Amino acid sequence: MRHIISILLENEAGALSRVAGLFSARGYNIASLTVAPTEDPSLSRMTLVTSGSEGVVDQIRKQLNKLVDVVKLVDLTDNDRIEREMLLIKVCAEGDERDEIKRLSDIFRGRIIDVTDRAYTIELTGDGSKIDAFISVLQPRRILEVVRSGVIGIARGTVTCKSDAS
Amino acid sequence: MRCLRDEGVEYLFGYPGGAVLHIYDALYKQEEVKHILVRHEQGAAHAADGYARSTGKPGVVLVTSGPGATNAVTGIATAYMDSIPLVVFTGQVMTNLIGDDAFQEVDAIGITRPCVKHNFMVKDVRDLAPIMRKAFHVATTGRPGPVVVDIPKDITAHKAPYVFPKDPTLRSYKPVREGDPAAIRKAADLLAQAKRPMVYAGGGVVLGNAAAELTELVRWLGAPCTNTLMGLGAFPATDPLFVGMLGMHGTYEANMAMHECDVLLAVGARFDDRVTGDLDKFCPNARIIHIDIDPASIQKNVPVEIAIIGEAGLAMRDLLAALKGKGVRLDEAALKAWWHKIDAWRERHCLEYDRANTEVIKPQFVLETLYRLTGGDAFITSDVGQHQMWAAQFYKFDKPRRWINSGGLGTMGFGLPAAIGVQLAHPDATVACVTGEASIQMCIQELSTCKQYDLPLTIVNLNNRYMGMVRQWQEFFYQSRYSHSYLEALPDFVKLAESYGHAGLRIDKPHDVEAALKEALGRRDRLVFLDFITDQTENVYPMIAAGAGHHEMHLATDRELA
Ligand SMILES: Cc1cc2nc3c(=O)[nH]c(=O)nc-3n(C[C@H](O)[C@H](O)[C@H](O)COP(=O)(O)OP(=O)(O)OC[C@H]3O[C@@H](n4cnc5c(N)ncnc54)[C@H](O)[C@@H]3O)c2cc1C
Ligand SMILES: Cc1ncc(C[n+]2csc(CCOP(=O)(O)OP(=O)(O)O)c2C)c(N)n1
Ligand SMILES: [Mg+2]
Repeated sequence: MRHIISILLENEAGALSRVAGLFSARGYNIASLTVAPTEDPSLSRMTLVTSGSEGVVDQIRKQLNKLVDVVKLVDLTDNDRIEREMLLIKVCAEGDERDEIKRLSDIFRGRIIDVTDRAYTIELTGDGSKIDAFISVLQPRRILEVVRSGVIGIARGTVTCKSDAS
Repeated sequence: MRCLRDEGVEYLFGYPGGAVLHIYDALYKQEEVKHILVRHEQGAAHAADGYARSTGKPGVVLVTSGPGATNAVTGIATAYMDSIPLVVFTGQVMTNLIGDDAFQEVDAIGITRPCVKHNFMVKDVRDLAPIMRKAFHVATTGRPGPVVVDIPKDITAHKAPYVFPKDPTLRSYKPVREGDPAAIRKAADLLAQAKRPMVYAGGGVVLGNAAAELTELVRWLGAPCTNTLMGLGAFPATDPLFVGMLGMHGTYEANMAMHECDVLLAVGARFDDRVTGDLDKFCPNARIIHIDIDPASIQKNVPVEIAIIGEAGLAMRDLLAALKGKGVRLDEAALKAWWHKIDAWRERHCLEYDRANTEVIKPQFVLETLYRLTGGDAFITSDVGQHQMWAAQFYKFDKPRRWINSGGLGTMGFGLPAAIGVQLAHPDATVACVTGEASIQMCIQELSTCKQYDLPLTIVNLNNRYMGMVRQWQEFFYQSRYSHSYLEALPDFVKLAESYGHAGLRIDKPHDVEAALKEALGRRDRLVFLDFITDQTENVYPMIAAGAGHHEMHLATDRELA
């Protein structure tokens, strides 16, 4: 099953490679990984999407928690949550296609952020399935480039993944 | 230096080089921390490891950048696999050269990352003292393990006012100590109902200094107790409740009892594949309780019913109190029937060998004699192979931290340098290194270190002119095609020992074994290298082939099980 895990880790050189190294060394799946500093500059937030049997995901959580750089870990899968991913997509847009693509983009609440006479670059945010759907409707046209940010997520309500110490 | 002294460091095992010359200069100017010069950095890590295993205190290593660091990696990985506390200082090139492929630069942090508990790079001299404090704290608490501290050369040239940091804690690192009382109560309820209880205790009992608690609990239960290779000595081997080691080369009675028990109490053991064999056939009848300090050890390989996360000693103390508090004992009749079964398994005498042989030396005979002559009270280090298994089977350890071997990584070359660390930590104790002619050659250069520090070790080389463990697998599983497992061109070990300044003896007849061992063990002034020419074809029994269950053991060939 797919799991989305939110981690607070020390904002230190090497912390990211400890996490990445753990996944490769132990042969765990990793679907996406995003990381950036938080409001507390000494901490980074990492969001990880992985999959595996319950036993494997249990080990993933435990092994991550065991890393000395990991301050806190929450498996968002257990919570009511919001997930977002950002897509930047460059697609061929010529002649009649230009209107059609603009309409599709509007339907998906995308924004055209760069225009040339031959192509559009569109920005879109949403959960993974919305992004997938948008890419697939554009598929028949010529997609020049796809850039996805990877998933970030946050629990609904008052549940947080924050350092107990801070 | 002051950090080391304040951590109570006695010995530093190391080897100099450009990047650590400032540190070596500081060493020269003080007398509190004694430096032991090895002959290869792998030896430094193993020696520190032997020191740590035999004392429970962290072993400390100092090596230079580049090849110094890479040479130490095998030793670091060995300690990591067996959860041994080490603090390893690696020199690094100057901060401004890092990343430039500078002379003797390697990414020590990157190379060691998968085989350390944690590592630190010191980027400012003011961080040095706090990082060292944290390094010792992380290495020695929770599930212990090696910690690497990488120190660029320029950092060691700078000065900073020294304050011993009082608080070593890290916000992201808080090992649990006390087990959950609710889980302990449930465990007591389950154990109290057991008809065929079994205790499986591992290295965690040794690491957590919990042998006394284990012994008390097992004796109160009246249950059979088995130890893993890493746990030997956690429960006294001469106690009638001890059924021997379990697993691939464990005893018939230990493995059969695992197979048939109805409640299994696992303490500080990690259900390694050498222990469990085929997981589908593992303990088919048992409800399992698992005490371990590392949550990741729990449910990793085997599902368990009750998990107690915490220090083995505290958890067993609380468990025994809970059992006593219930005011009931285990069902006596059931226990009696259970022991009746176990005694029948014992009757198979699975460790029997050809004792009467007067022509060739049986390796088991050497180890039995060693056990008898040392009264079971020596420190025994070992290398990896058949000799290691025979030592584990035939030397009965009644005390923890006496059996020093590489179980998890299985590192040939461990035994001799480890013995150096053990002898330094226990100058008056008898220390013997049980090894094979292949393993000993992997760190043979440390014989020179033994000379420099006058260490009166006894080397018991069980010389079967084969990589015996490899040969045994080839005999069993590759139709005796002995591909590259025969060692041609072996050195004359007696002359070799002598050239290093030690005494050497070759023994090839069973009736000379005892006298040779007596002679070596009696010499307190020098190291004696005993080269026992042993039976080339002897195999280690019992044996569970990979992928088989505990009840599918092979006993000595002539009595193979159906
Ligand atoms: C040639 C060869 C053959 C082998 N054959 C066998 C064999 O037949 N039988 C066998 O048993 N092994 C055998 N081994 C060894 C095997 O590979 C493993 O190293 C060993 O079984 C692991 O022992 P352990 O489970 O006690 O774990 P260890 O590696 O000692 O791990 C200790 C466990 O205790 C926990 N722990 C640590 N500190 C504490 C504490 N304070 N409180 C509570 N828990 C704690 C840790 O988290 C860990 O889970 C063999 C090795 C070699 C090289
Ligand atoms: C560094 C290393 N290389 C290879 C092995 C694989 N290996 C395990 S046992 C063994 C043979 C050991 O031979 P010896 O030291 O003579 O011991 P014996 O089995 O003959 O008692 C080998 C090669 C290992 N464990 N460690
Ligand atoms: Mg051999």
